[in-house]
Amino acid sequence: MPTALARPASATTLRPQRRRARQNMWALLFLSPWIVGFLVFTAGPMLASLDLSFTDYDALSSPHWIGLANYHRMFTDDPTFIKSLVVTVIYVGVGVPLELAVALAVAVALNRGLRGLGFYRSVLYLPSLFGGSVAVAVLWRRIFSADGLVNDLLSLVGLHGPAWISDPSYALGTLIVLEAWQFGAPMVIFLAGLRQIPTEFYDAAAVDGAGPWQRFRRVTLPLLSPVIFFNLVLQVIRGFQAFAPAFIVSSGTGGPLDSTMFYSLYLYREGFMNFHMGYAAALAWFLLLIAAILTAVNFVLSRFWVHYGD
Amino acid sequence: MATDLKAPPSAPAPTISVPRRRRTRRRLLTHAGIIAVAIVMLYPLIWMVASSVKPTAEIFSEPGLLPHTWQWSNYTTGWHGVGVSFSIFFENSLYISIVAVIGNAVSCSLAAYAFARLDFSFKRTAFAIMLVTLMLPSHVTLIPQYIMFNHIGWVNSFYPLTIPHFFAVDAFFIFLMVQFIRGLPRDLDDAARLDGCGPARIFWHIVLPLLRPALVTTVILTFIWTYNDFFKQLIYLDDPNMFTVPLGLRMFLDATEESSWGPMLAMSTVALIPAMVLFATFQRQIVDGIATTGLRG
Repeated sequence: MPTALARPASATTLRPQRRRARQNMWALLFLSPWIVGFLVFTAGPMLASLDLSFTDYDALSSPHWIGLANYHRMFTDDPTFIKSLVVTVIYVGVGVPLELAVALAVAVALNRGLRGLGFYRSVLYLPSLFGGSVAVAVLWRRIFSADGLVNDLLSLVGLHGPAWISDPSYALGTLIVLEAWQFGAPMVIFLAGLRQIPTEFYDAAAVDGAGPWQRFRRVTLPLLSPVIFFNLVLQVIRGFQAFAPAFIVSSGTGGPLDSTMFYSLYLYREGFMNFHMGYAAALAWFLLLIAAILTAVNFVLSRFWVHYGD
Repeated sequence: MATDLKAPPSAPAPTISVPRRRRTRRRLLTHAGIIAVAIVMLYPLIWMVASSVKPTAEIFSEPGLLPHTWQWSNYTTGWHGVGVSFSIFFENSLYISIVAVIGNAVSCSLAAYAFARLDFSFKRTAFAIMLVTLMLPSHVTLIPQYIMFNHIGWVNSFYPLTIPHFFAVDAFFIFLMVQFIRGLPRDLDDAARLDGCGPARIFWHIVLPLLRPALVTTVILTFIWTYNDFFKQLIYLDDPNMFTVPLGLRMFLDATEESSWGPMLAMSTVALIPAMVLFATFQRQIVDGIATTGLRG
C-alpha cells in the first residue's frame, strides 16, 4: 500500500523543522479521535483480555491468576470447544470458497457488456446487505424447517426432505447456504476488478486461438488474483465471527447436538451466559491467533498464485 | 432503480469472431441464466413478504406466493405481540443507528484526511495499525470492553453502542475515505495552500465537499450495519423497553415458540424495510463504495 506521498514543493516557506512540528500538530489534531479510540476501545481492551485469559474471572469475585489453565482446558478438557472449532472451520472452509466461486462465476457472466448490468448487480448484491440480520435468520429458520418452504418445493418434485434445521447432519449446511447466498458483496468487488483488465489481453488471447475457458484460465484468473486474495482474507475473517444466524436458528443453544455451535456463539455462551469471562477471554485470544495465522498463511501462499501486475 | 447501460471497458473482444446470430443467442442465454439466479436468490425474500399476509396455517401448507386469505392483521398482531410495541424497538434502533452515523461520519473523515493528505511522523506505523484493526476480530475486545462499560455503569444504556463511533473505531470507513481522498486531484489543495489556507480550512472547504460520495456510502452502510447488528445489542441491553428491532424479533420468536409465524414474518418484513428503502435510494453509492474498498486493498 503506497503511503509515502510526494509533497508539493511550494507548500510553505517555514524552515523544515518548524514545518515538521506544525504538520505533526495538525495530524495529531485530526487523528486525536482515532488515537483515543484505538487506545481506549481497542489496544487497552486487547491487553486487558490477554491478562484476563490467564485468570478465572467470573464477573462476581475478583480474578485469580491461574496461568495457562484456560488454554490447557480448551484442548484437554472441553469437547464443546473442539466441536465449535470444527463447526466453524467447516462453515468457513466450505462456505467461503463456495461463496467466492459463485461470486466469480456470476461476475464473469455479467462482465460481457450486458445491458442492465447495474440492475443485475444491485439485485444480486441485495442479500449481502442483510444476510447476517436477525430478520433473515428468522426467515431461514422458517424455510428450512421440516414443514418449511424448501421441503414444500422438494415435495413438488416428489422428494421428501429432512427437517433441515433440527437435524444435526443438515443444520450447519443451511447456514453454509445462507453464507453463499450473500455472494453479492464479493461479486461487486470482482466486477470492479474485471473492469480493470485491459481488453487488449483478451484480443491477443483470441488471436492466439484461446477459447473462453483458456481466456478465463490464462487471462482473467491471474490478473484478478489479487482481488480474489483480498476477498478470501476478508471473508474468512468475517466467517469466523458469524453469530446472529447460528444464534437465531438454534435459539442460542448451538444445537442440535452442538452442530451449529459457532466459535463466536460458544464464546458468547461461556462469557455472558456462564460468566466464565476469563475462559471466554482465552477463547477470544485463540481466535485472534487463528485470524493471524490464517492471514499469514494466506499471504505466504499468495506468493505462489497471486499475480501482481506492473 | 437506475441501470448502468454503459458497456464496461473490458467488454469482450473475442465475440468479434463469432457470427452475429450466435452472439445474440449467447447473450440471451446469459440474460436468462442471470435472471434465473436472481429469482432463486430473491425468492426467499419475496416468499417472506407474501407469507406475512397469510394466516399461519396457510404458510405451512402452501409453497405458492399468493395468499388465499389476506390476513393483514398479522402486522397489527405482530406490532404489539410481545408486550412492548415495535414502535419502541424502532425508535431505539433508529436512535442508535443515527447517532452511530454522526459519530462515524465525523471521526472517520477527520482521520482519513490526516492519513491521505497530511505528512507526519510515524505515519506509516499509524496507517499500518489502522489496517490491522480492519482485520481484527471484534471478539478480542468484547469482554474487557464489557467489563469496562459495566464498571462505569453503561451496561443497559445506549452509550456502549454509540459513543465508540465518535472515536473512529470502524477502520473500514477510514480506509474507504482514505482511498477516496487519494483519488482526488491535489491541485485544489495546492492552490488553497498558496492562498494561505491551513489544513483545517483545506479539509473543510475543499476535501469535505468533494468527499460527499464517500460520506454518503459511510452514512448508509453505518446505518444499515448498526441497525442490523445483533451481538453487541444482545450483550448490552437488558431492559425490553430499551430493546432494538433485532432484540425485539428474537424476543418475539422466543415468546411465541413457533406458533404464530404469520405475525413473526410480518415483523421480519417490517424489520428489513429501512435497509431496503435506503438501498433502493442509494444503491449506486453503496455498491460503488464496496467495490472501491475491495479493489485497492
